[in-house]
Amino acid sequence: MNEKRMIEEDQHFEDVIAEESICIQENIVYEKPDTLTDTPFHYCPGCGHGVAHRLIAEVISELNIQEETIGVAPVGCAVFAYNYLNIDMTEAAHGRASAVATGIKRVLPEKYVFTYQGDGDLAAIGTAETLHTCNRGENVLIIFINNATYGMTGGQMAPTTLPNMKSTTSPFGRDIATMGHPLKMTDLVAQLPGTYYVTRQAVHKPGNVRKAKKAIMNGFKYQKENKGTCFIEIVSNCPSNWKMTPRESNKWLEENMIPYYPLGDLKIPNVKEN
Amino acid sequence: MKELRLMKGNEALAEAAIRSGCDAYFGYPITPQSEVLEYLSKEANVRTGMVILQAESEVASINMVYGAAGTGKRIMTSSSSPGISLMQEGISYIACAELPCLLVNVNRGGPGLGTIQPSQGDYFQSVKGGGHGDYKLIVLAPSTVQEMSDFVKLSFELAFKYNNPVMILTDGALGQMMEKVELFEQQERKTNIEPWATVGKPKDRERNIITSLHIQPDKMEEINLKLQAKYREIEKNEIRFEETNCEDAEYLIVAYGLVARICVKAAQLAADKGLKVGVLRPISLFPFPYEKINELAGKVNGILDVEMNAGQMVEDVRLAVNGKVPVEFYGRMGGVVPTPEEILENLEKKLAGGKA
Amino acid sequence: MAKVKGDIVIDIEKCKGCELCIEACPQESLETSRQVNQKGYLYIVKIEDNCTGCVNCALVCPEGAITVYRKVDKKKEHVAKITNVTKDINITVNE
Ligand code: SF4
Ligand code: SF4
Ligand code: SF4
Repeated sequence: MNEKRMIEEDQHFEDVIAEESICIQENIVYEKPDTLTDTPFHYCPGCGHGVAHRLIAEVISELNIQEETIGVAPVGCAVFAYNYLNIDMTEAAHGRASAVATGIKRVLPEKYVFTYQGDGDLAAIGTAETLHTCNRGENVLIIFINNATYGMTGGQMAPTTLPNMKSTTSPFGRDIATMGHPLKMTDLVAQLPGTYYVTRQAVHKPGNVRKAKKAIMNGFKYQKENKGTCFIEIVSNCPSNWKMTPRESNKWLEENMIPYYPLGDLKIPNVKEN
Repeated sequence: MKELRLMKGNEALAEAAIRSGCDAYFGYPITPQSEVLEYLSKEANVRTGMVILQAESEVASINMVYGAAGTGKRIMTSSSSPGISLMQEGISYIACAELPCLLVNVNRGGPGLGTIQPSQGDYFQSVKGGGHGDYKLIVLAPSTVQEMSDFVKLSFELAFKYNNPVMILTDGALGQMMEKVELFEQQERKTNIEPWATVGKPKDRERNIITSLHIQPDKMEEINLKLQAKYREIEKNEIRFEETNCEDAEYLIVAYGLVARICVKAAQLAADKGLKVGVLRPISLFPFPYEKINELAGKVNGILDVEMNAGQMVEDVRLAVNGKVPVEFYGRMGGVVPTPEEILENLEKKLAGGKA
Repeated sequence: MAKVKGDIVIDIEKCKGCELCIEACPQESLETSRQVNQKGYLYIVKIEDNCTGCVNCALVCPEGAITVYRKVDKKKEHVAKITNVTKDINITVNE
């Protein structure tokens, strides 16, 4: 460690040692869940992937289902999701995560199975697999991170890129006349009878993080009811490819992404009478 | 007690899948192998609880196989040539992740949409890779309906012995033809859990990860070296072939699958004319019986390789023979099956100098 | 009178200086330091002693770098002024 800093910290140490710290185990109200490994995320600063991963880990820890959960990682920025989640995981080919999840769930119907996919993976190359998995009503949870760009490959236009939004392959902005419209996958799958719970969330503000966690919690819990696919879109940012600071990217997300992809539940299970 | 039945090749294969305790089948209809999915849909789940799922495409099927095989269970799919082409990406992932599973290709004539008639045009695709990267499938080529059944059980054994995908490469004629088949007994469904399987991480083991991604070049090379070492091991242990009258043959025919049977008939016709022709049938196409062919090449005057394609396995035969004797090729394409007569005629013309 | 006291510990080696915690903190307790961590990021420090332990900062932190503590203290106030230290160092303090 940096020597200068060590000294500074030591000095600091002296200052506070007299006072009673409340930073003790019994006072913890929030800490990194143990289902998250200690590996530092490779994501860019401020990227929503980190929050989304942490929420999944928190839910798995809180439901105590680490031993019964199998995750499927996508191709995209989250390709290394399995390095961070301390659970059994399979890394799928690009777009095929929901087919892979189907394979796992069909032979291990008692287990919890989820996919974690970006917009390119889920809504472009994997559209067929996504729609058919939802249409068959596979009892899996699909977590869909929508940041309107191909992050890993360097900011190309995604199926969810907004009209007029610039990307490396729509340098003058997405022209819907020639490049098509942003694909609202979540609205599409909500129409399918096979889906059980469909919601759109975000993780850019504390309140949204709380709601997103609740949604992920529901997504896992509903798997036990065997009533169909749970689908959670998380509208997220990509500061690096949006070419913004993390704070700017969240502001942009609020002002541009959310109006196009409004947050909230698109389909919720019927509340039981008794 | 022997259980004998008259069955179509595809049905015998499906029946064998159920009997070998297969846990799941994921597939998509395509002629000439749809009977496999149809038979399983009717029979499998009710008898053994086997999962049968008709997927939305071959792409989805193979990725379902990938996911399910990752749980360490007995998983299979089947298709025919164009469908197998669609699966190649997934097969490459499965091979790299070293997942045991059974793939069946009921070969039809290509290229393109081609024809639904039988062909051996997918030899290269099956034994030389097919998808991207350096990998090998264990490839078994049945030539009878009996073998369509027996090789299913054998395939699962080999798949789990080497943690490698195994392909049964058959063709549309074998899939459709009816023959007497002796069925093996119902095997138990698998209960043991493979140590590498993704089934949910218990507290007392590290998490299992199934992936084919290794960004660091030295790590990826290490994976490749491990795969290659495994393939050398397979080459050492798993070569299978059948010899017919090779002992004192003057000429040798090399052929696999259905064509080998026709060549045995051609050899009989030759014998009637006083020409001694042996037939060597490679059963395992990977690993390929190079040494056996080389050995036989030392005893004959020439070799005719016969296939239902433009000449694919002949390249391996030539490698095996290594110039010892002339190797000629005769093939039909596009779904045309050669007759014994035309095979003999070509043997005479190309090798025996009209001797017979 | 019961008083809620909060505190946080930032794992400065995990912090990537994205400043989302600064934006999320209702108490304006956090600021970017002038120091870089081993990865070269300007990490975050607590500059005010007014943390309520609301966990907002930890919720939005993409790196899971923040641990939040809260204590409802009925007695005389004991406010720990621990800032800019790693979790490990804190544990040593308490021993
Ligand atoms: S490229 Fe974008 S999506 Fe990918 S890690 Fe960086 S910020 Fe996140
Ligand atoms: S817990 Fe709340 S008050 Fe304390 S630093 Fe974090 S955001 Fe600010
Ligand atoms: S949110 Fe986390 S990573 Fe970002 S600056 Fe704050 S502590 Fe550092």
